Formats: sequence, structure tokens, C-alpha cells
Amino acid sequence: MTITINHYLIVSFLLFSIGFLGVLVRRNFLTILMSIELMLNAVNLNLIAFSRRLSDLTGQVFSIFVITIAAGEAAIGLALTISFFRQKKTLDVEEAHTMQG
Amino acid sequence: MSDGVLLTGGAGVLFAVLAAVALASAIAVVVARSPVHSALFLLLSFVLVAAIFILQQAEFVGAVQMLVYAGGIMVLFLFVVMLVNPGVTRSEKSFQHQWDVAVVLLPIFLLPFLYILGTEKLPDVPVKAEAFRMVGTRVVGNTEAVSWVLFRDYLVPFEVASVFLLVAMIGAVVLGKRSLEKMD
Repeated sequence: MTITINHYLIVSFLLFSIGFLGVLVRRNFLTILMSIELMLNAVNLNLIAFSRRLSDLTGQVFSIFVITIAAGEAAIGLALTISFFRQKKTLDVEEAHTMQG
Repeated sequence: MSDGVLLTGGAGVLFAVLAAVALASAIAVVVARSPVHSALFLLLSFVLVAAIFILQQAEFVGAVQMLVYAGGIMVLFLFVVMLVNPGVTRSEKSFQHQWDVAVVLLPIFLLPFLYILGTEKLPDVPVKAEAFRMVGTRVVGNTEAVSWVLFRDYLVPFEVASVFLLVAMIGAVVLGKRSLEKMD
């Protein structure tokens, strides 16, 4: 079975789309955060595939930066989750409508 | 290997299997009702993507993915799942109705993607298997090669990333602490 860059792009696109759908359709705060992690992971897959295709290590270095950002984002997001849960006693994002006045 | 072929034979089949299972567990993350199940499927997906990285001769990034994502971030997620009340997280209505937004936005992503996939030609450089373990002319490991690029060419972004992590840490502590104070 011969794998080219296009196969990687398709897998990465599908992974990103699944994460994107998760952000749009789920109500649970935690599942939305996990879907964002899925999207970041799809970007990493692309970076690694292009790094290999072009024989350039820069893609690998950038995927390390993306993992760093994902770690910070998860920490802040989970702190927000706990803060939100303490106030509303639920994780349903539909309850986060204070700004609508 | 010549003109753009990344994997052949058994490695290609392995990639197809890993990618299929990773996609299936990603779908399971989105559709699972319980956040604990979502988190465990997400862990499976991360491990499989790390295996794909290693298959692609990015051993160091694969190891970082395992340690940071599968080790660190997933423990954090499971911790928060345990902290919040499980009866509340397992609600009957776990989907909100934004399918219309998804139906409009996904073609906006999909069409340029297919266009690029069909037309774009990458520069015709050969795929060199040894490129990821070379520093200059010396043959070293993948970790050393990555660190040479990271600390020589991308030192400033590296330092900025450390400041970012400090800010994220302080932000997480402040957010968590403030909500505790409000409780009292």
C-alpha cells in the first residue's frame, strides 16, 4: 500500500472536521475542550507529514510548539470549566448566557 | 523512495489501520455521552497519532505527544471529570442544535481543501529518509537533530513559549482560586 502526502492530508482533514463538529454540536464544556484538542492534533499530523515530505525538520519543531500551546490551552480551559461549574452547578454551555443581558 | 511516496508496503498498511482506528476513536470522543468515555477515547486517539508520528520518523515528537498529551493533558482532563459531579455531566440532552451551522461551514472548509488537493504541486524534492537524523554531515539521533533546529533557529519562539506557559500557569491558578473564594 503506497501512502503519499494526500492520504495524510485527508486523514488530518477528517480529524479536524470531527473536532470541529464536536465543538459545534456538543453541550458539555469538557467534550468541547476535548474536541479542540482533536483539532490541534490534526494540525500536528499535517505539520509532521509536510516535514517528512519536504525533508525539513522545521515542521517537527513547530509541532512541538503546537503541543506547548495545547497544554496551556487545556490548563486554562479546565480552570474555566471548574470556575463555570462552581457558579452554575452544571457543565452545559447553554447555561452560559449571562452576557446576553 | 522516490517522488513523494512517504510509505510503502507493510508500513502503508500499518498507517491505514492506525489512521482508521484514530478516526473511529475521534468520532467516539464526539458522540460518547459520558465525559469519562470521551476522555478515554481521546487518549486512544492521541496514542495512535503518536504511533503515526513515529512511523513518519518523528520519534521525538511522538514521544513528546505520548508524555505531554497522553500523560499530562489527559490526566488533567480526567481529574476535572472526577472533580465535577458525575450526575450533572451525564445529562439527557448532550447535543445542541447547531447542525445548520456545521452544514454551512464544513463545505466552506471542504471545497478549498479538495481544490488544493487536486491542483497544488509540491516542489519536487526527494523524500530523504536520513534527513531527520542529520546535523550538517554528522549522523545523530532524531532528538539531537530536532534540538539543533529548535535551539539554533527557533530560540526566541522557544523562550516566548516558556513565557506563555508561565502566563497560562498563573492564569489557571488565579481562575481556580477566585472561584474558591466566591464559594465562601
